Amino acid sequence: MAEERRQKLCSVILPTESMKAIAESVGVGSLQEESCLALSEEVSYRIKEIAQDALKFMHHGKRRKLTTGDIDHALKLKNVEPLYGFQSQEFIPFRFASGGGRELHFYEEKEVDLSDIINTPLPRVPLDVSLKAHWLSIDGVQPAIPENPPPVPKEQQKTDSTEPLKAVKPGQEEEGSIQTKGQGASSAEVKGKEKMRMKPRSTHELSVEQQLYYKEITEACVGSCEAKRAEALQSIATDPGLYQMLPRFSTFISEGVRVNVVQNNLALLIYLMRMVKALMDNPTLYLEKYLHELIPAVVTCIVSKQLCLRPDVDNHWALRDFAARLMAQSCKTFSTTTNNIQSRITKTFTKALLDDKTQWTTRYGCIAGLAELGHDVIKTLIIPRLSVEGARIKAVMDGPVVSNIDKIGADHVQSLLLKHCACVVAKTRPLPDMVDQYKADYGYLGTMLCSHVVKARAQAAFQAQTVNRTTLTITQPRPTLSMSQSGLSASSGSRTPNIIKVPSSLTLMSTRPGTPTQPSPPATKYIVMATSAGAASTQQVRVLNEFVSLYLSRLPRHLYHFRACLTSDRR
Amino acid sequence: IIRQKNPKKKTYYAAHVMTPLLSAPGEKMAAVQDAPMELDSEKETKPEILSDGTSNLSGNTASGTLSSPPLTAGGAPKQEDQQTLIAVLQFLRRNKLTESVDILRREACLEDQEDSQTLDGSGGGKGDGDGGDANSLLSRVSIASAAAPQSTLTPIPVKSEYDQPDVSVVLSAYSQQGDPSLYQVYYTGLKNFIESVLDCHRAELSQLFYPLFVHMYLELVYNNHETKAKAFFEKFSGDQECYYQDDLQILCGLTKKEHLKGNEALLDFRTSRFVLRISRDSYQLLKRHLQERHNNQIWNIIQEHLYIDIFDGMPRSKSQIDSMSGSFAGETRREVNKAKVFYGLLKEPEIEVPLDDEDDEAENEEGKPKKKKTKKDSMGSKSKKQDPNAPQQNRIPLPELKDSDKLDKIMYMKESTKRIRLGPENLPSICFYSFLNAYQGLTAVDFTDDSSLLAGGFADSTVRVWSATPKKLRKVKSAAELNLIDKESDDVLERIMDEKTASESKNLYGHSGPVYGVSFSPDRNYLLSSSEDGTVRLWSLQTFTCLVGYKGHNYPVWDTHFSPFGYYFVSGGHDRVARLWATDHYQPLRIFAGHLADVTCTRFHPNSNYVVTGSTDRTIRLWDVLNGNCVRFFTGHKGPIHSLAFSPNGKFLASGSTDGRVLLWDIGHGLMIGELKGHTDTIYALKFSRDGEILASGSMDNTVRLWDSMKAFDDMETDDFTAATGHIPLPDNSQELLLGMYHSKSTPVTHLHFTRRNLLLAAGAYNSQ
Repeated sequence: MAEERRQKLCSVILPTESMKAIAESVGVGSLQEESCLALSEEVSYRIKEIAQDALKFMHHGKRRKLTTGDIDHALKLKNVEPLYGFQSQEFIPFRFASGGGRELHFYEEKEVDLSDIINTPLPRVPLDVSLKAHWLSIDGVQPAIPENPPPVPKEQQKTDSTEPLKAVKPGQEEEGSIQTKGQGASSAEVKGKEKMRMKPRSTHELSVEQQLYYKEITEACVGSCEAKRAEALQSIATDPGLYQMLPRFSTFISEGVRVNVVQNNLALLIYLMRMVKALMDNPTLYLEKYLHELIPAVVTCIVSKQLCLRPDVDNHWALRDFAARLMAQSCKTFSTTTNNIQSRITKTFTKALLDDKTQWTTRYGCIAGLAELGHDVIKTLIIPRLSVEGARIKAVMDGPVVSNIDKIGADHVQSLLLKHCACVVAKTRPLPDMVDQYKADYGYLGTMLCSHVVKARAQAAFQAQTVNRTTLTITQPRPTLSMSQSGLSASSGSRTPNIIKVPSSLTLMSTRPGTPTQPSPPATKYIVMATSAGAASTQQVRVLNEFVSLYLSRLPRHLYHFRACLTSDRR
Repeated sequence: IIRQKNPKKKTYYAAHVMTPLLSAPGEKMAAVQDAPMELDSEKETKPEILSDGTSNLSGNTASGTLSSPPLTAGGAPKQEDQQTLIAVLQFLRRNKLTESVDILRREACLEDQEDSQTLDGSGGGKGDGDGGDANSLLSRVSIASAAAPQSTLTPIPVKSEYDQPDVSVVLSAYSQQGDPSLYQVYYTGLKNFIESVLDCHRAELSQLFYPLFVHMYLELVYNNHETKAKAFFEKFSGDQECYYQDDLQILCGLTKKEHLKGNEALLDFRTSRFVLRISRDSYQLLKRHLQERHNNQIWNIIQEHLYIDIFDGMPRSKSQIDSMSGSFAGETRREVNKAKVFYGLLKEPEIEVPLDDEDDEAENEEGKPKKKKTKKDSMGSKSKKQDPNAPQQNRIPLPELKDSDKLDKIMYMKESTKRIRLGPENLPSICFYSFLNAYQGLTAVDFTDDSSLLAGGFADSTVRVWSATPKKLRKVKSAAELNLIDKESDDVLERIMDEKTASESKNLYGHSGPVYGVSFSPDRNYLLSSSEDGTVRLWSLQTFTCLVGYKGHNYPVWDTHFSPFGYYFVSGGHDRVARLWATDHYQPLRIFAGHLADVTCTRFHPNSNYVVTGSTDRTIRLWDVLNGNCVRFFTGHKGPIHSLAFSPNGKFLASGSTDGRVLLWDIGHGLMIGELKGHTDTIYALKFSRDGEILASGSMDNTVRLWDSMKAFDDMETDDFTAATGHIPLPDNSQELLLGMYHSKSTPVTHLHFTRRNLLLAAGAYNSQ
């Protein structure tokens, strides 16, 4: 390969046409072909020479990238005037144009309005150089702090879990960067040695500090103090050294969801989902290994029939929305052709949606889950169902009052459908928006959908306008979700850690001092209790089964032992 | 007559490397040519050299008889005469007129004193005839080459840069006749031959490929056989070792005779003879083959442009050869590294450590007397034992210790009692100083020895000094304000500082180009910085102003380093020389010329008697400060050298390069004794721990690695026998020696420093993308 590169280098010479073009540009008319050739060879050689000198400056500047400054300095070495004022925002500042049998390249020089420049806010002043010290190693051990890279990089976590036999100690797999011809034999030997190495037995014992940390974090995450929780979640989302504790966290969440679904403890479910989000936000964790626990937990929070004790008052809808968003995020990040998460999730949701007997709560969850997966999913799976769902909603709304809960459910499903479908329809459906046509196409929901679509179109147009006008400062509001009733808010999408502050008076639990299942819990403590595997199975949503059965085979053995640990946490 | 001419010749050698203490910068090259003889220094070095030279005599004659090419590269004032002489000699030899050759040679050396250099190689050939006279001559020749090992290497590159006429002389070497179309045939013939020989010889003879390839290619280019040259290059460039690829890239761009004229790198390749080290058996094989085939073309190239250093013994293996080759000019000649080097440390000045009782009580509960004893012992042992390898205390005049220096020494000793003993089980803690928002502009870093200050050089031509302790940096008050101070007061040193200027960092403005090297003086009063603008600047850390701008290098100055005793400093730059300066002289005291490419890295030996330089020509040279001689010449790196570090005991040297390898050298024996592989990018920082147990290396690949240097040095058996062969088998034990590897997130390591208590400090600029 190196040889190929070398030979290519050998033949690289500037085309004679460019010599002609350059000559013309300085007023030399007809240049002979031979002189062109001679010139181009000379110029190519000199350019190479300068590039080689510029590389020296790059090396001494301790950089990996060659800059224009390096080339200026190299020119200076050769006593050549440096190029002044050469800077361009673009990689190649030339434009190409052809016409009338002529081809030419030119600089695009736009007219600039002076007032525009004057009125543009000044760019931010670059920050001053500052020094920051941290411990790279303490007595030979690298501390797991945010300043250091994660102790076990994601790549290695992956190889550890997927190809345990290949796992070697960091540093041992690297070989000298110089491979000379004669070293082939010795490197083969080294490789042989590596193969001989047995699979390292992975111990999952936590150090005392780690145990303490785990205890503190989990308590804070499900405790009542919102400030502490925010801190704990932040820690989960940013700490690079959580790899060892990941199995514990994962089991904590899945068991927690399992128990609290049964007990209809909405607040705890919300806290657990926020933990999931924090884990997903942590860039150093290789979560793939624990999806079999996390996904069922999340899906439970989306589609469970009942998530709270008083479905008519509590805003379990927000939890479903939040969990649906988490689900969509994990589909986006973890779905591969082998695990097919997205298609399987979609299938599960669709199946529940198609079922006539599905309750409004589950129905809402399915729709939310599907809608978060993107516009294509909405277009192919939800919009065709609009008329059917519309009829169902109509039956509840206009029919005899069966139960208040159903009505609320239908209402939520309706607004959810309208919200998600409106923007998709606005994009796909051609103008004009005729109410009658909408009615014909979408049934009961048609009228409202039409007005929503009109609104969506107007908004899109407005946005486009604003984007066009102020190209310099595009401030797109990050889509956030706010729950009006419970006051819980969660941000969506972004992987950046952010702390959500919630006024503690509004958290659900503190307003309700006693529940039937929890005889007299003090407001600050919650039960996170492990139950035997089968106990809650009837309450589990059916969709779990598919995942559990699939991942059970891959379930690491140590997780079974973990339940013992968990129960010890019980108070 | 022969005896007569010798001293003169020596002056000539000395003149190249000696610079008179006071000469205007403009005259420098002239000074190099005809500097007055400095007899004193010459005499001083003579005795050791003599003994060394004679001991080496047998080896030298051996190589002389076998590789009897006359040196084309004379570098003497009468070079042109010599060139013609050699041409005549060649002509005669080609026509098998051996008698005339002999006569002419004898005549020439009798007539022409300077020509004796020609005999460096061929003198052995006529030794039999001349008996005693020749022997004495030989001994002197070898003395000369030992005393000034760079004799054939040094002057020419310097000259080629400055004296244009020489270029044509050098190039004329190519103007021989020969059928260009046969080059491919010749080369293929040799290739087939080498591939057919026994395995043990093949590796050694394969060394011939690269220099032959380059010379043949250049010859084709010089004689305007452009297309043939291209074809030749394409056909055979793939055969060359991968570590020559950088050179081949330069070579492939060169397709015209005109290009040759401006290309210093290739002119150097011409003028310096590529050194190969081949065992006697392999050489005989080659010689027989070439004689049988009458392959004159190749034989001529070998005679003119190669120096074959023949040794007795087993042919070397491929890996042994690979570890030593890769430099611009082939390997080291063995005799180059024979000169004696005083690598021992100087005697510590005796300072009474005032043992203040409070301190003792606070530190130690074991009782005062014991403590006092241990302290005295540790001091006594240091001062009593005089290292047999140490240079004389006043070999290089050193500045006298000031009171403040003594105080600092006391501090140092106190600190060193608290030093952690490092080892494989006891690794140092590493504190990483990240430069944030440096926008890729950080180019150099240095810490003071006591780790209280930190300096950074930046691409925007500023130098910045930080305080690494809570103590802020303050300027001295202005002269007017100083007048008002009561000079008798006890805290006058405190009063002269201007409290208003206290800040954590100070900027130093003055350079007009990126700052590539910074170095603190040992007393923390001064800072040196070297820059692209060709100057080295001395800054005061009391007033934070520039004191001196040292102008001498006309091109970027890549590195500068203060002597461990202050006063002297060394700088090296793109002009391919390193210069020794004293802070109170605006001109350099010595010019160390010999490298074939940029001097990228300069360091002082702990005893201040030697200076080591690393270069883009992939070699390392150790220079004697006293007489400016190159006393060690190390090859083996495959890329420009960017970091150097002496072990604290002065015996060993570590070097790091762009090839990602650290090489360890035994200075006393002049041998490579270790190779540490592991880094994947340029190594910019190397440092031994205070006791020398651990070697830390920092690299562009964002890692700090710790190596067990004790083990690396102990494992090596370097006795005189191994030193005589010039090479020892290198164990491939990098993995065992690697004690720790610490990744930073995205921060290349540009500097490493061990505090007096053996805490490792690392520094680098955080890359945010």
